[in-house]
Amino acid sequence: MSLALVPVDEAGVRDAVGQAAAERVALLVCGNGTKSGMLRPVQAARVLSTAGLSGISLYSPSELIIAAQAGTPLPEIEAALAEKGQQLTAEPPDLSRIFGATGKPQTIGGITATNLSGPRRVAWGAMRDHVMGIRAVTGRGEIVHSGGRVLKNVTGLDLCKLFTGSHGTLGAITEVTLKVLPAAESSGTLVLPNLSPRAAVVALSAALGSPYGVSGAAWMPAFPGFAGSVAFVRIEDFKASVAYRTEKLRGELGIPGTDILDEAASRAVWAAVRDVQPLPLTDADAVWRVSVRPSAGPNVLDSVASAGLRGFLDWGGGLVWLSGPASLESHACVEAAVRSAGGTWTLLRGPDALRAAVDVVPPEVPVLAAIGRRVKASLDPAGILNPGRMYAGI
Amino acid sequence: MIRLPDPKRDVLARRDAIVAGLRDLLPEASLISDELRLKPYETDGLSAYRQMPLAVALPETTEQVADVLRFCHRNGVRVVPRGAGTSLSGGALPMEDAVVVGLMKMNRILDIDYADRVATVQAGVTNIGITNAVAGNGFFYAPDPSSQLACMIGGNVNMNSGGAHCLKYGVTANNLLGLKIVTIEGDILDIGGAHLDAAGYDWLGLLTGSEGMLAIVTEVNVRILRAPEGARAMLAAFASNEIAGRCVDAIIASGIIPVALEFMDRPAIHACEAFAHAGYPLDAEAMLIIEVEGSVSEQDDLLDRLKAICQRFDPISLKVSQSPEESAAIWKGRKGAFGAVGRISPDYLCMDGTIPTSRLPEVLRRIGEMSDSYGLKVANIFHAGDGNLHPLIMFDANDPASFHKAEAFGADILRLCVDVGGCLTGEHGVGVEKRDLMPYQFAEHELAQQRAIKSAFDPDWLLNPSKVFPLLDAPAMAQAA
Ligand SMILES: Cc1cc2nc3c(=O)[nH]c(=O)nc-3n(C[C@H](O)[C@H](O)[C@H](O)COP(=O)(O)OP(=O)(O)OC[C@H]3O[C@@H](n4cnc5c(N)ncnc54)[C@H](O)[C@@H]3O)c2cc1C
Repeated sequence: MSLALVPVDEAGVRDAVGQAAAERVALLVCGNGTKSGMLRPVQAARVLSTAGLSGISLYSPSELIIAAQAGTPLPEIEAALAEKGQQLTAEPPDLSRIFGATGKPQTIGGITATNLSGPRRVAWGAMRDHVMGIRAVTGRGEIVHSGGRVLKNVTGLDLCKLFTGSHGTLGAITEVTLKVLPAAESSGTLVLPNLSPRAAVVALSAALGSPYGVSGAAWMPAFPGFAGSVAFVRIEDFKASVAYRTEKLRGELGIPGTDILDEAASRAVWAAVRDVQPLPLTDADAVWRVSVRPSAGPNVLDSVASAGLRGFLDWGGGLVWLSGPASLESHACVEAAVRSAGGTWTLLRGPDALRAAVDVVPPEVPVLAAIGRRVKASLDPAGILNPGRMYAGI
Repeated sequence: MIRLPDPKRDVLARRDAIVAGLRDLLPEASLISDELRLKPYETDGLSAYRQMPLAVALPETTEQVADVLRFCHRNGVRVVPRGAGTSLSGGALPMEDAVVVGLMKMNRILDIDYADRVATVQAGVTNIGITNAVAGNGFFYAPDPSSQLACMIGGNVNMNSGGAHCLKYGVTANNLLGLKIVTIEGDILDIGGAHLDAAGYDWLGLLTGSEGMLAIVTEVNVRILRAPEGARAMLAAFASNEIAGRCVDAIIASGIIPVALEFMDRPAIHACEAFAHAGYPLDAEAMLIIEVEGSVSEQDDLLDRLKAICQRFDPISLKVSQSPEESAAIWKGRKGAFGAVGRISPDYLCMDGTIPTSRLPEVLRRIGEMSDSYGLKVANIFHAGDGNLHPLIMFDANDPASFHKAEAFGADILRLCVDVGGCLTGEHGVGVEKRDLMPYQFAEHELAQQRAIKSAFDPDWLLNPSKVFPLLDAPAMAQAA
């Protein structure tokens, strides 16, 4: 991969893709490349980065709407929102612990293309739930838009959902418009000590099924500053409500030794959970991100333990982060565990050879795969956008 | 007037054979082909348009849906999926050469899992039916279209329906985990499941709001949520639409996201008060219904904050509900708004554009001017927090000229919505109603792209083919595919 194209505007992206389509040259589409190691390795002669398209194009706090060019650094967006007391509801993670720090910030286009969401997802929706509008350049070299800058829009097929999480295989996203929400005044956390994963998930389910608006529910085998395993339950709201609700929920859960963290500790815990800090990790380990029904999370942990994989639970048990030896056997073990639980996996990190050899995400049944190939062909007829990123040969 | 595509002559000619073929696939009572019993299916919530279908199939199982679709596909027969037929955009309007596939017999709740907070229901379960099934355990299904007593979850999925409480809880798309669908070729597919955010392409998101053009939905996994400890509403009335609009901005800016924030203008207030006797202020130009949730003391606290904000805008009146009965009365007016307007004018068109909320005063002023120039009355009701407008245009169906004027007025409003940065439809869908306005919001190549995605699911354009996209002549349609 020699040539890196870094256009500074949408027309530049269109020209770059158009030319690649005409020449049938594959493109590695990325932002700042902080998550380039994710999914399958892409064989491409050229790199097309949207990092040059930068800046917030619209921010209207009273309309709960922000729009930014795809290359806008996430921290820049978060800072602009924080100044008005708002936030990105889906709480996207910073995965530099997993992929290594590149010295560059992740971009909003990259976060959207990977549909990565943090702990708050369980209550308030994923990135994809907050993408109100998208502009992208398709593999035909055409600029298309879907959605807009309003909060409710069902006009035509929802291509926002299709582009979000498509890992740059259907289009190069050039601009994203997001619904934002006020940041809660206060954050409080219950600490449930020394529960097995199964007992923890029962408690987390009870918490998420309570009327107190729980916005985070995680379990981990260890966390700095706590002895033994620990489960956390977060409530975000006005100060008085957080005080009332955490106390009420502590009483209802009735788990001996339950503690309540203060504001600063609560925020620190959830930043760590969001950024996958609790995952035991060596340099050689592979990393998987698994989503199952919450009650099945502990089963997944159990069944991969024999292969030497370890992990922790977020989303009330439904999100299982796993790490362990980067081998075909480990991957087969994750696949088997997820299949029996009924869910979905993503091989997030691993050596190129492993990522090229396995199904990094579950393969689709043939009928759906055929529809998928036709959709891909309609958007990228020459197959030049991130070929092979999600599925071999597509 | 909206044009329907020319019926396929060969299909009409084979009508008897097609009906006989379908009869072989279905239980006796599940196939309707006589005129009398077809009649109820000739229209939907957009009752100005009517068209008798070729036949109506009412399958009882996913397998029967698959059999019917496979048969229709083999025989080149068009299919119009149908839930309760409450679509306000003509999404379920039949075609002369089409078989309507109605899901109303698939009305069972298959599974409820409170620990994992998911319910699996068949497509013909009503929206309220889901909430009723889980309410005993303190849970609910969040999206609450005003038609919730009748409309079905399969219809909700295909329209991506919203409701008054979507500001906090999101629309249908935000409350789904999985679908069982049948493709036009008769293949049964599971999309998503009981877990969040399946890896791979977001088919669940693409299918949601696809207006019956990509597949037939037979089962839905919905998220169910625990209901809050309590909820209470307040009313705030203002001297002008502008002032009420500024108050909405101030509420959002304060960091409070009320669970509902509804706006009515003067004609809507009068119509609803006459119907519901909710104590709406008749001297106001605009009124907000604001609802908050939580324990009683949390409600008190939030309502105090909201009262203080409203006070800054010289309200004509402020009334906080003192009891669940009072809250219910406040909502009765709003939820019955369409019926209430129906009492003043038996015929009205319900529009559904979305605008950036900051443009509200200007848009309402322009709608008022249009109302004068068209000589048709309009009442405005809308979801203020998210800018989703519902102007109700009143007309006289006995006078064709009046209906045409109402349609032209409606189209002007929707174009205005797009002009100020909004869109043609916030929750009712494009259907046939807004189909021909699509080029106002999308460029030709963007529509071609969307058509190509439909073609990926339905290469022969048999599934609800006359909806959403402006009609192309047949060769062009084939090219798009
Ligand atoms: C009085 C009134 C109030 C309303 N209030 C609201 C509101 O507050 N919010 C809102 O969003 N809408 C509202 N609506 C509009 C309407 O109720 C919604 O669009 C609803 O989701 C339609 O559901 P249905 O079961 O009636 O579907 P239908 O009207 O039967 O069908 C709707 C569309 O979905 C397709 N379809 C239906 N079922 C399936 C299936 N199983 N598989 C594939 N395609 C299918 C049809 O082909 C059609 O295109 C209102 C309508 C009325 C009459």
